[in-house]
Amino acid sequence: MSTSITNSTTRYGWAAIVLHWLIALIFIGQFGLGFVMVRLTSQRTAFELIQLHKSLGFLLLGLVILRIAWRLGNAVPAPPRSVGPFERRTAPLAHFALYAFQLALPLSGWALVSVSMLEIPSMPFNLFVMPNLPLAESDAAESFWAAAHWYLAYAGIALVALHALAALRHHFWLKDTVLKRMITPSSDRGTE
Amino acid sequence: MRVSRRIKPMYARIFGFAALAACLAMPVSAAVALSDAAGSYTISPASSSIRFSIGKVGGGGLDGAFARFKGSIRIDNSDVGRSEVNFTIFPESVGTGQSRIDAFLRSDAVFDAANSPEIQFRSTSVKRTGDTSALVTGRLTARGKTFPEKFTAELGGLKAGTIKFRVTGKVLRSRYGMDVGTPIYSNVVDFDMTLTGRRG
Repeated sequence: MSTSITNSTTRYGWAAIVLHWLIALIFIGQFGLGFVMVRLTSQRTAFELIQLHKSLGFLLLGLVILRIAWRLGNAVPAPPRSVGPFERRTAPLAHFALYAFQLALPLSGWALVSVSMLEIPSMPFNLFVMPNLPLAESDAAESFWAAAHWYLAYAGIALVALHALAALRHHFWLKDTVLKRMITPSSDRGTE
Repeated sequence: MRVSRRIKPMYARIFGFAALAACLAMPVSAAVALSDAAGSYTISPASSSIRFSIGKVGGGGLDGAFARFKGSIRIDNSDVGRSEVNFTIFPESVGTGQSRIDAFLRSDAVFDAANSPEIQFRSTSVKRTGDTSALVTGRLTARGKTFPEKFTAELGGLKAGTIKFRVTGKVLRSRYGMDVGTPIYSNVVDFDMTLTGRRG
């Protein structure tokens, strides 16, 4: 087993694996945080959690851009032999959609804070001021982006759930290397 | 009053000096004016305002005002230094032009107006700092916490039993348990008040 950073045609490298799980953790965490922060009675805690949600959103956006660049500049491992023709066709579409949601969610959140009439500056982790997107502020634009962010979040988490169920199916039912190779850089030759 | 009609600007200057001077060796004309200004005034909310501004990172700030407050000004007849300024602000009346921000400010995140309906200022000393200005030191109480604060008072005018001051000062909100939003929003609250008192 190689401990390579980069991908090969048969396995994922450490960079892709770490980015996958880090983004997964933040993405799911952001969904939970977003769900909770708009339901709190304490306005102070709500404010602080919303700022944390924004900070994590900007971190997520940075990681997703890095991940997409890494994916485009790297070999994409082919699915193991065990993967059938239906999944060979649909999995790339699901993965493309997952990337689209990873990008659209933080961007729609950024748009939301940019057009908000509350004009609360974004200061990721209190480190620096993140400028707003060049969008006009209005109550209508705020409602639009709030709705867009909400629908994207629910659709995105549904897709993540589907993706996770598919991975678990591969691991526990089909007993192939699809999940294992996203945990350590392992070649799928054993099942060939 | 004969003098004031002839040369008003000079009268105003002398009066301002007199009204705020803790000086014992006052000119005769000023002493007369001080006795004119001396007395008790009730702050008239209709012709007064209490505005505040909190800076934001990246520029700009959050501006607001309190619509409801009450207070009194007493200018001591013999010693301006013994004068008093007291006021009470009702934080429930905060307004920023954005109802969601107002609700946030009224909530327990900031003022907790339901449990702490009053913000009080009681002056402890008044020191003259210029012809028409004074430094007012006092105790500010908000959300059950009391700290000494300083405000600068600038005499704006006196006529027909009405006295007007512009009062400015900076207050650190963190001391009163209102530090939410720092450092995105500054800890420093800039107050800018126009207090108009009517005699009686």
